[in-house]
Formats: sequence, C-alpha cells, structure tokens
Amino acid sequence: MRPFFYLAVLVSGALFGYGLSVATMVRPEVVLDFLLFRDLGLLLVLGGAMGMALIAYQLGPRLMQSPLLADHFYVHYAKLDARTLIGAAIFGVGWGLSGVCPGPAIAGLGVGNWPMLYALSGIALGAYVQGRWFPPR
Amino acid sequence: MIPELFPQGYLHYLAGGLLIGSAVGLLFLLTGLIGGMSSVFTTTWSYFSRASYFRSERSLRSRDWRLVYAGGLIVGALVYLGMSGESFQTGVSARRLLTGGFLIGFGARLGNGCTAGHGICGLASLQLPSLLAVIIFLSMAIGVAHFMRWLEVA
Repeated sequence: MRPFFYLAVLVSGALFGYGLSVATMVRPEVVLDFLLFRDLGLLLVLGGAMGMALIAYQLGPRLMQSPLLADHFYVHYAKLDARTLIGAAIFGVGWGLSGVCPGPAIAGLGVGNWPMLYALSGIALGAYVQGRWFPPR
Repeated sequence: MIPELFPQGYLHYLAGGLLIGSAVGLLFLLTGLIGGMSSVFTTTWSYFSRASYFRSERSLRSRDWRLVYAGGLIVGALVYLGMSGESFQTGVSARRLLTGGFLIGFGARLGNGCTAGHGICGLASLQLPSLLAVIIFLSMAIGVAHFMRWLEVA
C-alpha cells in the first residue's frame, strides 16, 4: 500500500511540475509581465488549475467513500484571522519583487533555472524564521 | 484584443493550468491529500531542527509525502526539458530572488498558504479566507511590481 501511496504522490507532483513548465510559470519574467498587465496568461493558468481542482475536490468525496490509496479525504481549512491576511500581504510583496512562488521555485530547478536556488534559499530561510520565532500560539 | 492581452499566445497557459489542476485533483482522489506547495519549506526543517513547531505531530506526519511531492515537481520539469529541450535561466537579480524569497517563505507560512495552497486548493475548497488571501497577495504583488518598474524607469 505505502509504495503505491508515495508513487501516487510522486506522479502527481511530476504532473504539477510538467504543467508549471508548459505554462512557463518557471520563468519569473512571465509572472512579472502578468503583474505589470503586459500578459494576462497567468489568469488562465490559475483559472484552469482551479477549475480542475474544484471538480475533484467537490465531486470526489460525494462519489467515493475514500480516496483510492488512503482511508479519508483531508479538508482544506483556512482561518479568517490576522495571520492569514498579514501573511498573504507579505507573501504578495515577495511575489511582486521576484516573480517567484514556491511551486515554480522548486520546479525551476528541473528546467535548469539555477538562479532559483537563491529564491529557494530565501524561502527556506523565511519559513524557518516564521516557524522558529512566529509560530501560532 | 486577444493578441494584445496574450502576446505569447494563450493555449499553453490554459493547457498548463489544466495539467496543474489535474495534478492537484489526482493527488486528492488517490491519497486524499491537499497539495499546497509552501508547507514543505516548514516540514522539511523537522529533519534538522528540534524547534517544537517543526516537530509538531502534523508536521512529522506530512513531511515525507511533501518532500516526495516536491521531488516530483523537479522530475516533471525535467521531463518537460527532455521533451522540449527548452532550458531557461532567469535574468531577475540574485538580490531580488533572495529577498523576495525570504518574504515569500515567511509570508506564505504565516498565512498558511501560497498561490497553490490558497489560490488553487483553497479556492477549489470554496474557502472565503483563501479568496481574501488571493485578493490581498495579488494586489500587493501588482503594486510592488509596478513600484519596482517605476524605480527602474525613474
């Protein structure tokens, strides 16, 4: 069971990384062009991804007792509190500054985008500072 | 109209988005997991740090699959590189990548989600806080990108 579980995770991750590459999201320049209103492509990426995920998230638990390789469906929960809103604002500043977000930073390595190592180091460091000194109470 | 809004064409954006959504959907239907991308930067610290937040039960339980998921991301991009031969190195400066990265890591973890976690998974879960998070980070990013552009031109 476990090997299939991790294989499923790996294949899903690979499909994600392939999709990010097809959509050229591994190029920060394309993301920055979107943020500067020069190319609205990112809206199609987000819309397409959200639409497909919506179908799976909404229909899966209604049509299936459990996922194929595990015993229950997790639920995405987000709290409406200051941390969520302030965190989103800080994230947005970093995103606008670099044109990078976590998925493309990782996937970028696969297409040889070595400068992404700077972004990855920054993200890892930021996550460390958050977890070490600003954990939720 | 269309060529102006999408100077690089639009089909690859749509196709890529559908692939990404299929990946998130596939992960959910097979394993029940919610496939955000920023948590791995927290849970992976649990292999090295004794700090209590990193070693929470939730973190320890998800750290292995999150790392495999991140590894898959690189594999998928490698497959694309192998098929297309299109490698790419960004021209964005190391300083912007590093400082931007720090804010991304800190902010995404404080707010519990990034473009994937809130933008794809959260919206697909019809979560109002995620919608607000998306509106906030999009507005901030658009503002900062324009400000940086203005600095460069000025």
